[in-house]
Amino acid sequence: MGIFSAEGAEHAIGHADEGVQTLLLLLLVLPLAGFLLTGIFGRRMGKRPWIIAVAAILAATAIATYLAFQSLSGEYGEHGIGFTLYTWIPAGDFHVDVGFFLDNLTALLLIVVTWIGSLVHIYSIGYMSHDPGKWRFFAYLNLFMLSMLLLVITDSYLVLFGAWELVGLSSYLLIGFWYTKRAPALASKKAFLVNRVADHGFLIGIIGVWVLTGTLNIQDSFEPFLDADLLARDAVALLLFVGAAGKSAQFPFHVWLPDAMEGPTPVSALIHAATMVNAGVYFIARTSPLFASAPEALITVAAIGTFTALLASTIALTQKDIKRVLAYSTLSQLGYMFAALGVGAFTAAIFHLMAHGFTKGLLFLGSGSVIHAVHDEQDMNRMGALWNRIRWTHWTFLIGALSLAGIPLFAGFFSKDAVLGESFILGFGWVFIIGLGVAGLTGFYMFRLMGKTFYGENHVDPEVDPKVHESPPSMVAPLVLLAIPTIFLGLVIGTPLGDSVIFNWLEPVFHPAEELLHITLHEYQLFGIDGSLILASVAVAALGIGVAIWLFGLFNGRGRPETVVAQTERNRVTRFLYTASYNKWWFDDLNHLIFYRFGGAVANGIMWFDVKIIDGIVNGIASVTQSSGEGVRHIQTGRVQNYALGIAIGLIVMAIVFVLLAR
Amino acid sequence: MSQSLEAYLALSAMLFGIGMFGFLARRNAIAMLMSIEIMLNAVNLTIIAFGAFTPGLAEQASTIALFVIAVAAGEATVGLAIVIAIYRNRRTPLVDEYASMRE
Repeated sequence: MGIFSAEGAEHAIGHADEGVQTLLLLLLVLPLAGFLLTGIFGRRMGKRPWIIAVAAILAATAIATYLAFQSLSGEYGEHGIGFTLYTWIPAGDFHVDVGFFLDNLTALLLIVVTWIGSLVHIYSIGYMSHDPGKWRFFAYLNLFMLSMLLLVITDSYLVLFGAWELVGLSSYLLIGFWYTKRAPALASKKAFLVNRVADHGFLIGIIGVWVLTGTLNIQDSFEPFLDADLLARDAVALLLFVGAAGKSAQFPFHVWLPDAMEGPTPVSALIHAATMVNAGVYFIARTSPLFASAPEALITVAAIGTFTALLASTIALTQKDIKRVLAYSTLSQLGYMFAALGVGAFTAAIFHLMAHGFTKGLLFLGSGSVIHAVHDEQDMNRMGALWNRIRWTHWTFLIGALSLAGIPLFAGFFSKDAVLGESFILGFGWVFIIGLGVAGLTGFYMFRLMGKTFYGENHVDPEVDPKVHESPPSMVAPLVLLAIPTIFLGLVIGTPLGDSVIFNWLEPVFHPAEELLHITLHEYQLFGIDGSLILASVAVAALGIGVAIWLFGLFNGRGRPETVVAQTERNRVTRFLYTASYNKWWFDDLNHLIFYRFGGAVANGIMWFDVKIIDGIVNGIASVTQSSGEGVRHIQTGRVQNYALGIAIGLIVMAIVFVLLAR
Repeated sequence: MSQSLEAYLALSAMLFGIGMFGFLARRNAIAMLMSIEIMLNAVNLTIIAFGAFTPGLAEQASTIALFVIAVAAGEATVGLAIVIAIYRNRRTPLVDEYASMRE
C-alpha cells in the first residue's frame, strides 16, 4: 500500500489553519447570503436587484482566486489541505463529516467556476435588463454558485451528492426560468428527470463505496478500496460513472443538454457549458485512484466518452439553431474529456476542461450577443453577413471558434493535443483515430456556424435588419475578458509541451492513479512522435475548417450554399445521413418510444392491476364488512328484554346440549 | 327436611324458571328486578343443597351463598337506583318504552 501512506508524513494532507478555514467557508457563505437576500428582498429592490448577487460573487471570486494561487504556488503542500467543520451524522462506527479539501485540482476548478461565474453575472446584467423577473434569475444564479463551489471543495461523498443534487436543482430552475412558455418548462423537466435517473446510479455507487471501504471521506476511501474484490470495484466505479455521465450529459444521458438551451443564454454559458457539466469530469478526476483500480470501468469511460464525442459532433453538423450547435459541441468536447480520463490522461482531461470552459463560455455568451443583436432569433438560416455590423461579438467569437477547432497557440489547441497525443501514446489507438476525426468535424461545424451567422449572404428578417446593433458594454466586456484566457491559457499553463505548468500542478494529485495504471513518464519528442501527432490533428482540423469556409464563406466571401444542397441531395446515402444527423440519430424518438410508448403501456398495465386487483381486493373486503354489518344491525333493538331472551335461549340450548352430551 | 337432593334441585329449577319467565314477560322494571332476585335465590338454594348433601363442601357452600346474598343486595340497590333515574327522565316504569340502547 505504498501509494498512499508509506511515503512519509510530509506527503500527508495538511491541516488548514484558521484563516484558510474562514476563507473556504466564506466561499459558501457569500453566495448563500446573496441567494437568500436576493430571493427574499429581490422583488422590492427596484431596478437593480442584481447588486447583492453580483457583489457576493465578485467577493467570492477574489477569495477563490487568492486560495487557488496560494495552492498552485505550493503554499499548502503538494497534497493539499483540509479540515473538518463538524460531524454531520454520528452513528457509532459510521460517521459522516462535513469537511473541506483544497488541492491543486480544486484550485483549478475554483478558478474556472468563479471567473466564468462572475463574468456571466456581469453579462446577465445587460442580457436580462428587460426581464421583469430578473431578481429571481440572480437569486438562482447565486444558488447555483453556492452548489457548485460546495461540490468542488467538499471532501465527503455524501456532501458531494447533496451539492450534486443542488446543482441539478438550480439547473432545473434556470432552464425553466421562462416557465410560462411551454418549451422551457418541458426542457427543465427533461433535464431534471434524466439527471434523476443517473443520480440513482451515483447514489448506489456511493453506498457501494461505503460498503467496500467503510468511509465516506473521499481521500480516506482510496486505500481501503484497493483491497476490495475486483468485480466489486468495477461495479462501484461503473455506478459512479453513471452519475458522472448523467451530469456531464454523456451517452445515453446526452439528450437533456441540447434541450436545456431553452434557458436564458447566460445560463447555457455558465451551467451547461463551462461549469456544471464538468462536474462529472471533476468527480472522476477527484476519485481517480478509485477508477484506476477498476480497469474495466475505466475502459467503459473511455469508450462512452469517445462514442459521445463522435455522436455529438455528427449531430452538430446539421443543426440550424445556433445554441444547439454549441450544445452538441459541448457534448462532443465533454466526450473528449471522458476519453482522456478513460485512457488515464487525467491531467489532459482537466486541462481540456479548463480550456473548453473558457472557450465555450465565450462562445455561448457570444451567441447570446448575436441572438440579442437580431432580436431573439436563434435560427442561423435567418442570420448572415453580421461580421462587420457587430464587430466585437464577431472577433471574440472567431477567437472562440479557432480555439475550439484546435488551431495552434489558442487554448483549445494545447488541451486537445494533450488529449489526443496522450491517448495515442498510452496505447489507445482507436481513441486517437476517432478523436482525430472528431477534431475535423469540430473544425467543420464551428466554421459552418461562423459562415451561416457572420459571413455569406444576409438572411436577417427585413423588419429586424435596420435595428441590428452591438450589445451594451456590460455584455461585450465579459466577451473580451473571456477571449483573453481563450487565447493565452494554453500558452501560459500548457507550455513547455510535455513538462507544462499544469502537468506539474496536477502531478501530485494524479500520481497514485498513474502508479496504479503503471503509467510511466515518457520523454517528450517535439520532433518525433509527439510532433507528428500535433501535425496530424492540426491538419485534420484545418481540413474541416477549409471545407466549411469553402462551403459557407469567410468575411465577404459568400460561400456555396447551392453546393451544400446539391451534395446532401446527391443520393440516398447522403440524404439519409443528413436526415439522421438533423434528427439527432433519432435518440429523442427512441426515448419517446421506449419510455413514453412502451413504458407508458407497462405503467398502464400496472395501473390496471393496481386499480382492478389490489384496489378490488381492498374495496371488496370493505364492502363485505359494510353490508354484513348493515344486515346484522337489525337484531339490535335496544330493548333489554330482547337481549335477555337471547341470553335465556342460549342458556337453554347450552343446557340441552350439555344434558345430551352427558348421557 | 326432605332427604332427597333431587327435591331441592327441582324446587330451585322451578324457582329459576319462574324468575326467568318474570324477567322476560313483565314490562315493569320493578317487577323485573324482583324476578332477578328470585333467580338469584334459586341459585343460592342449589348451592346450599349441594353443600348440605356433599360431605366436606358445607363450609365452601355457605361462604359462596353468603357472598351471593351480599352481591345480590348490592345489585338490587344499583338496579333500583337506575330504574328510579330512568323513571324520572321518562315518566314510565315500562321497559319496552326504553329503546335508547339501540343507538
